[in-house]
Amino acid sequence: MTPAGGTKISDAPALQNYQLDSAFDEMFDSAGETRLQYKELLDYFLSLSLDELRSRKQSADLAFLNQGITFTVYGRQEGTERIFPHDLLPRLITAAEWQQIERGLTQRITALNLFLHDIYNEGRILAEGVVPREIVYSCKHFRRQMRGMQVPRNVHIAVMGTDLIRLQNGEFVVLEDNLRVPSGVSYMLTSRLVMKRIFPQLFRLCAVRPIEQYSQSLLGTLRSLAPEGRPEPTIVLLTPGVFNSAYFEHAYLARQMGIELVEGRDLVTHDNVVYMRTTTGLRRVDVIYRRIDDDFIDPLAYRSDSILGVAGLFNAYRTGNVTLANALGTGVADDKALYAYVPRIIKYYLGEEPVLQNVETFLMTDPAQREYTVNNLDKLVVKAVGESGGYGMLVGPHSTAEQREEFKRRICADPRNYIAQPTILFSRAPCLFDDQMEPRHVDLRPYILFGDKVTIVPGGLTRVALRKGSLVVNSSQGGGSKDTWVVND
Amino acid sequence: MLSRVADSLYWMSRYLERAEHTARIIDVNLNLMLDESASSVDRRWQRVLKSLGNPPKVAWTGDPYRLASTMIFDSEKRASIVSCIMLARENARQVREQISSEQWQELNRLYHEVTGANVDDSHSSQLSDFLQIVHDGTYLFQGVTDSTMSHGEGWQFIQFGRFIERASATAALLDVYTSEFLTHPDRLEGNEYLEWIGLLRSCTAFEAYCRVYTADLHPERILEFLLLNKEFPHSVGYAIDTLQDALEAIHGEGGKRRAATLTRLAGRLQSSLSFADVSEIVGQGVNAYLHGIQRQCQEIHQNIYQVYINYSIDSALAG
Repeated sequence: MTPAGGTKISDAPALQNYQLDSAFDEMFDSAGETRLQYKELLDYFLSLSLDELRSRKQSADLAFLNQGITFTVYGRQEGTERIFPHDLLPRLITAAEWQQIERGLTQRITALNLFLHDIYNEGRILAEGVVPREIVYSCKHFRRQMRGMQVPRNVHIAVMGTDLIRLQNGEFVVLEDNLRVPSGVSYMLTSRLVMKRIFPQLFRLCAVRPIEQYSQSLLGTLRSLAPEGRPEPTIVLLTPGVFNSAYFEHAYLARQMGIELVEGRDLVTHDNVVYMRTTTGLRRVDVIYRRIDDDFIDPLAYRSDSILGVAGLFNAYRTGNVTLANALGTGVADDKALYAYVPRIIKYYLGEEPVLQNVETFLMTDPAQREYTVNNLDKLVVKAVGESGGYGMLVGPHSTAEQREEFKRRICADPRNYIAQPTILFSRAPCLFDDQMEPRHVDLRPYILFGDKVTIVPGGLTRVALRKGSLVVNSSQGGGSKDTWVVND
Repeated sequence: MLSRVADSLYWMSRYLERAEHTARIIDVNLNLMLDESASSVDRRWQRVLKSLGNPPKVAWTGDPYRLASTMIFDSEKRASIVSCIMLARENARQVREQISSEQWQELNRLYHEVTGANVDDSHSSQLSDFLQIVHDGTYLFQGVTDSTMSHGEGWQFIQFGRFIERASATAALLDVYTSEFLTHPDRLEGNEYLEWIGLLRSCTAFEAYCRVYTADLHPERILEFLLLNKEFPHSVGYAIDTLQDALEAIHGEGGKRRAATLTRLAGRLQSSLSFADVSEIVGQGVNAYLHGIQRQCQEIHQNIYQVYINYSIDSALAG
């Protein structure tokens, strides 16, 4: 029970349309009482008039626009820029909840790094049958070229973005890991800047923990991974170029870290050393924070039709003259079929129980689980293992009979390529629509850095399914974001 | 600075300068043509094409408006004004983070104006209005560049691009005029006054010339003004001086040793203009002199690429 004096859900006119359902609500408990951490925030927002709210929203929009936190719309109106949809109400996480998340993610990134090192070297976990060989070797992100490769500090995953959701009982669980080139961190950083400008007094009131150190932490992480004997390493960020949808983020992070933003054509290799072409001559490059997929990084080692990469980069990498962050071949550990084995991986390497649980996952390679899945497609979510961003997915309860037939056929034709999970009603947080608050489904993507130590800035990207009832948080499908505050109790 | 960035800034600037120059030449000649006989119209437009370096796939067919409209709007032709602006914008887009937002907005606005224009090309007044948009847009962009961009290495490459384009384009223009009228005064057909004003206006130089020499138009003085004047921004001499300043600043960042040849080439050109005498130039063959300037600009361009942008890996590692 919350202490007396808290706002009940029924009290305020702004909460007229706020209806609780069986999903966990971030702001109200099941009795409709305001959760402790939200009290000040809610009172503050309820005290603002519609005009005030609108003017704050306007200044926030303008701040986003002026900082260039936009995406470009192509076509006739080319060059006109739209801002990324965002919601003014921050999502709160208590210190206790955060401590749990932090422990769980530290454990997870540590275990996954050990796993990657193992499978590309001795392969103990495979030999002992904890993880079946076929799952690893049949993964299209497995890189044979990485066999026997020693990377600095044995860190394969330097940057990880893990998507968490909250079950109906309020427990945080892992939905998926992003271990290749996780993006979105620039939205986390810039939306915090904007919120500070718009609601300065709230930050004091709520005792929000800072996240601004992210860029320095990232730089420190990359520096700690420099090849041996390079005490003053030159670090660069490798982008596919202006046509990439995450280009804004690449430019933003490079500027924040004070490092050069390079494209493949800016780099050359000679005698297995990587250089960048500058007007003052060639400059040796030691660490590459690459935002290009494995496949495109070196036309000699991988896809020969790639013009985004650098010829000879892989050999320089293998020689140990340059560090790539993340390492090549990390995608094998965020394969959705492998995901089901992560709890076992944690137990195997660390001898610990996982702090953060997985979502129950059915492997289509297992006949019994496949049988169950094809008979219950209307209740399950089916995902293709190699895809992300909501592609190649079947959401059972929202699907048609034909779609289910189609997926049944596809699953049976290529069981390795699919997994199934129960449809989860994940938690909802309040969002502002003019002066009305309504709950919408949210997830959480914290960013975990692994160099000489594990660093997780307290917060992350909270993505919101802004459409009523929607469970899809992807920005291409009407998703937005909100600032995430870890508040001290 | 990354070589790629320098490359993009340089070409962004060159293409805009080229668009501006082409726009002015077409504008001036559309205007002058109104007082002429058919035969001299013929010669006039062939001259225009020649002074623009005989752009590939553009031919004189006898219809001045058609030619003007091709040189303005035809995005299939790389030399057209619209193409130049598109290419400038494309280069700017590649280095969006290195230029100011004001620069980007201005260039983007100009791009949308010229690519979205719907002009009836048989109407000379509409063509003129359009060319005015190009002038305004390029002037604005230059102003915005100078006042919102930090005058560091990137800006110096922009300066360098603008003035090397201006020097060689102006030399080419003077070359065409002098070979036609200075060596064959008979071709002026009594339109002497018009043609020389045309040349001055093609370089926005008419008023500035009058202030120095009065409205008394004398070919040798015009040549002196457009070639050697050190104060007028569209003269070759001024362009080379500014180019030299930009080069000095760029060397300053990168060390003079690598750029020894470049320094010599640019210094020689600058001195040859600084200590030249116009009657001597005319006496020794003005066209050879103007060709020399164009050739030297080309050499300087190639050399700056060798030193700063396209240098070979071996030479860079050896140095």
